[in-house]
Amino acid sequence: MDTTPMANGAPMLKVENLEGWYAESHVLHGVSFDVRPGEVVTLLGRNGAGKTTTLRAIMGILSKRQGSVQFGGRELIKLAPRDIARAGIAFCPEERGIFASLSVDENLMLPPQVKSGGLSREEILEMFPNLRERLSSQGTKLSGGEQQMLAIGRILRTGAKFLLLDEPTEGLAPVIVQQIGRTLVDLKARGFTIVLVEQNFRFAASVADRHFVVEQGRVIDMIPNEDINNNIEKLHAYLGV
Amino acid sequence: MFELLGISPQVLFGQLLLGLINGSFYALLSLGLAVIFGLLNIINFSHGAQYMMGAFVAWMLLTYTGINYWWALALVPIIVGAFGVGIERLMISKLYHLDHLYGLLLTFGLALIIQGVFRNEYGVSGLPYSIPAELSGGQNLGFMFLPNYRAWVIFASAIVCFCTWFAIERTRLGAYLRAATENPTLVGAFGINVPRMITLTYGFGVALAAFAGVLAAPIYSVNPNMGADLIIVVFAVVVIGGMGSILGAILTGFGLGIVEGLTRVFYPEASAVVIFVIMAIVLLFKPAGLFGRAAS
Repeated sequence: MDTTPMANGAPMLKVENLEGWYAESHVLHGVSFDVRPGEVVTLLGRNGAGKTTTLRAIMGILSKRQGSVQFGGRELIKLAPRDIARAGIAFCPEERGIFASLSVDENLMLPPQVKSGGLSREEILEMFPNLRERLSSQGTKLSGGEQQMLAIGRILRTGAKFLLLDEPTEGLAPVIVQQIGRTLVDLKARGFTIVLVEQNFRFAASVADRHFVVEQGRVIDMIPNEDINNNIEKLHAYLGV
Repeated sequence: MFELLGISPQVLFGQLLLGLINGSFYALLSLGLAVIFGLLNIINFSHGAQYMMGAFVAWMLLTYTGINYWWALALVPIIVGAFGVGIERLMISKLYHLDHLYGLLLTFGLALIIQGVFRNEYGVSGLPYSIPAELSGGQNLGFMFLPNYRAWVIFASAIVCFCTWFAIERTRLGAYLRAATENPTLVGAFGINVPRMITLTYGFGVALAAFAGVLAAPIYSVNPNMGADLIIVVFAVVVIGGMGSILGAILTGFGLGIVEGLTRVFYPEASAVVIFVIMAIVLLFKPAGLFGRAAS
């Protein structure tokens, strides 16, 4: 049924019955989905559906979680965030997490290399030329779009080929959103595998292979991107647009 | 020789020197507190006791093993810093999930215990530690007499403060530290071992206090209360400079030492309280401190 060219083979990430809590409130109620090597998948859903929480649970940032997160056949659910990062998963948070007390260059060079084969500093600056002129500025003095580029750029150096991107287009001007879209297509061509949380469904459709619909802490549907036009009504109902 | 408001230059410069010496200790100690507070978010109330331990360990090394001052300057921060690492691993690290108040209470309790143990063992009269032969004597500068050892204290403190500032603000390791101070969760999610960084940072802050203790040993008598007396002023310095600001801690430390010295010249009655008066004024107008960033 699936005709995505790079989609054969075992999944790179396999999430099964993932549950998660913020303090006492139960947010994830058994999230299951899988990501194949080289794919771009999105988690779509309304605000509060549990998309961001799913990324945080995969990354181990959520202190209370259970279920199974297998990455390259290895179980991650018991690992600390730093060991999950070292396994080769890189995370770009929704709030971007640019450090105010670090310069742009220091922000870029902060994440340590966990694998060989990451992009060089030069390649990243070619991908995001805006950053080059601002290297010595304070990280948080950048515009929102530049901060987003910095947040994505700095995790490309680490050698992790599996990226979790939480709403990279949120609050950005259309021209910047397009630039980020081109970047994601470029990254896919370079062999990166990407899980994207998105509210902007049009943007999601322009970059992704498959879409998982998240509702009330569960994945309730999967829509291959090529079928998306046949499922517009259904998606609108899911997303409430 | 000139006179200023009827004050002889010998008195003026003498007090300025004394102020700079005190400022050297304020700077070293408030720097350690600032580094620890930045990353651990606890106010290390045992800082004074750890400074006192520095002086005592230097005295013990000399008295029991014959290890001299210069070796003590290098060894004592490592020994007392390692003690700090043990404290962090065994006790402080168990409290991070609780309110910061618990860390404060724990370190305050530890300070009382450490001081009590030393008081029990060595009494409160103070033990002598002589100035190393290389630094005895002094220079006649014409307008004042400058004892070599005091010049050394100011020099050593300034160098250590500068190196610490440089390491934190200008190096890769310092970038990790600054980033983890802002957002430890994200830094951990990049694959950096934040708990180990916290432990080493505490150890480093304690080592700075111990280094100050060794510097102080030949000037002040080595006694169990030496830290408790000093640390109250140092806390005021930290409040004035702004919690967690590295440069602020250093500049405020030296600056307030000088202010205190000048007060002793022009209005001696106020010299013991001037720092606290400044603290009150700063808190009124800049509650985050002169160099502090307001909590967001």
